Amino acid sequence: MRSRWLMFAITFIAILYFYMRDSLVTTSVIGTAITFGLPLAMAAMVGIMCERTGIVNIGIEGTLLVSSFVGFFTASASGNLILGLISAVAMGAISGLLLSLLAVTWKMDQIIAGTIINILATGLTSFFYKQGHTIPSTFPEVDIPGLSSIPFFGPVLFMHGPLTYTGIILIFVLWVALYKTPWGLRSRAVGEHPSSADTAGVSVIKLRYLNVAIAGAFGGLAGAYLTLELVGSWDRGFSAGKGFTALALMIFGRWNPIGALGAAIFFGTAQAVTNQLMITQVVTIPQQFTNMLPYVLTILILAISAGKVRAPAAEGQPYEKEQA
Amino acid sequence: MKYLRSWLLPAIALLVAFAVGALMMKIQGANPFVAYKSLFTSAFGSSAGIAKTLGKATPLIISGLAVTICLRAGLFNIGVQGQLLAGALASAWAGYAIKGLPTIIHLPLALLFGVFFGALTGIIAGALKAFRGVHEVITTIMLNSIVLQLGEYLAYGPFKEPGQQLARTPEVLNSAKIPQIFGMPLGFFLGVALAVIAWWVFKTTTSGFRMETVGRNKSAAWYAGISVKRSILISMFVGGALAGLGGAIETLGVVGRYEPAFNGGIGFDGITIALLGRANPLAVIPGSILFGGMRGAGASMQFTAGVSPDIIDLILAIVLFLVTAPLIGKMIKSIRDTEQITTGGWGN
Repeated sequence: MRSRWLMFAITFIAILYFYMRDSLVTTSVIGTAITFGLPLAMAAMVGIMCERTGIVNIGIEGTLLVSSFVGFFTASASGNLILGLISAVAMGAISGLLLSLLAVTWKMDQIIAGTIINILATGLTSFFYKQGHTIPSTFPEVDIPGLSSIPFFGPVLFMHGPLTYTGIILIFVLWVALYKTPWGLRSRAVGEHPSSADTAGVSVIKLRYLNVAIAGAFGGLAGAYLTLELVGSWDRGFSAGKGFTALALMIFGRWNPIGALGAAIFFGTAQAVTNQLMITQVVTIPQQFTNMLPYVLTILILAISAGKVRAPAAEGQPYEKEQA
Repeated sequence: MKYLRSWLLPAIALLVAFAVGALMMKIQGANPFVAYKSLFTSAFGSSAGIAKTLGKATPLIISGLAVTICLRAGLFNIGVQGQLLAGALASAWAGYAIKGLPTIIHLPLALLFGVFFGALTGIIAGALKAFRGVHEVITTIMLNSIVLQLGEYLAYGPFKEPGQQLARTPEVLNSAKIPQIFGMPLGFFLGVALAVIAWWVFKTTTSGFRMETVGRNKSAAWYAGISVKRSILISMFVGGALAGLGGAIETLGVVGRYEPAFNGGIGFDGITIALLGRANPLAVIPGSILFGGMRGAGASMQFTAGVSPDIIDLILAIVLFLVTAPLIGKMIKSIRDTEQITTGGWGN
């Protein structure tokens, strides 16, 4: 826990220091950090929602891939971004339902179930992929009147596209829901001790289905954000390991939405700073090494935090009602 | 009956996957019969085709074994791809940069380079799992990307062939190339031998039994005095070493150099093959021959039937889905298999 506060303190002091030196660049770097970090945070929410109810979801990568694919090509074919968004979210929910089917109903090994989702997503998207499609535009930036003129915080937090705001708000909603509502209590109980929850009248199977499906929809939103707001195109292997990084951030953030959001923004900052250093040519690092950075960071974060954190107790185990 | 069951499930899965594949081809407006016919005649219809198929099957056997051995020890090594690339890269370097050695020394040395760097990549994930409790699925996937980037950097930079536009290493010297017998790289026989050895190790030896005990029940293994950490380290080391060997054989026997486009999916096919064979080392051999044939004949299928070779990815994904999900077993009760492959959550 201490290391985490230390990390936030260092980040905060560093931002302050650089802001004093060069406010414009610092603002843009932190803004970029949010842009880089948010999809990871949203993907981490998928993991949190599933794992809090006891389902390991290693298929987030596949959910991101297939939902961004469907979102992009729907938007491209219809010329309508909203339609793309809806189809991406729906596709995400379908991938969640598939995971539920495999892991909850069929009681498969959850790691293998997730891997199957990843491999299916890769197979389907690379087969149906067609080159040369475009979308008319990405979701436009919406500046929140008033708030966006606050120095530093305005450009960093209030000059983004609509999906960014949606994502950030939903992360806080999830946090409140998880800790302050009956649904959250039940979900966490199912993830820690399903038989007790069952005794207390919670339907373990139903709740797991519901949560994994909602989580999948959330992953669909993350996929839509990536393709329809951030990048504006789609290519094979589009999700580029983000689903796995998200799992690392989830663990680092101790299965807590705000914790994972913090970890994701830290992660995004590391990337944004590296980008900035490359642009200004303060340092010349071969591009391959900057590409490597997120993966190396993911392993480092896990090596530091794993072992010290505790996963939901019932995670990975299919639920069997006790026979009388 | 038991043998029939273990064969029936993958066979049904393959049939269904081919049917779905045919449907997809129909949707795309191609003729699936023409496509499948050209696929199978070019893979298995001539001696040259069979030689090519077996050549393609070689790295698949070895990477399938790399996954199988780790699965037996309760680890899901989906980093075979990275370990394979590390092996390919290292053996390519040893093959072109070390000069003046006779084949009898140079070739084993270059293979050993591949084995060593593959094992190194594997054991990073193994050590993180054993000492820090980091799940191997995430670390191995991340290592896949890291090694890929590293290979790209080296092929564009320090290892680049002088005076060459493309990013690739110089060609491996003749003294490090794997000789061919009847147009077939020797590696295939090595792969088959390794599969038999792995089968024998799990069947008869104590170390195989130890690994398998850890894979089935960690706490029971620990209680029985078996070192779980050691077993994790050994299986990731061996898995990585095998994958590295696969990469080295492909480099020294087929490709002849390292290039960033180096055979994208061997490692991932290895996962599918291992799960298809239900973690049985011997079952890896027929699976790899089938996959090798399909991979090798993909181009000819595109040529004659106009179907993109990506359909093979899709078919293989469906096969994997059908074999691992207890879907077929639900429908046909008599072939429901009682033994499920398990890995483990974050905690164990």
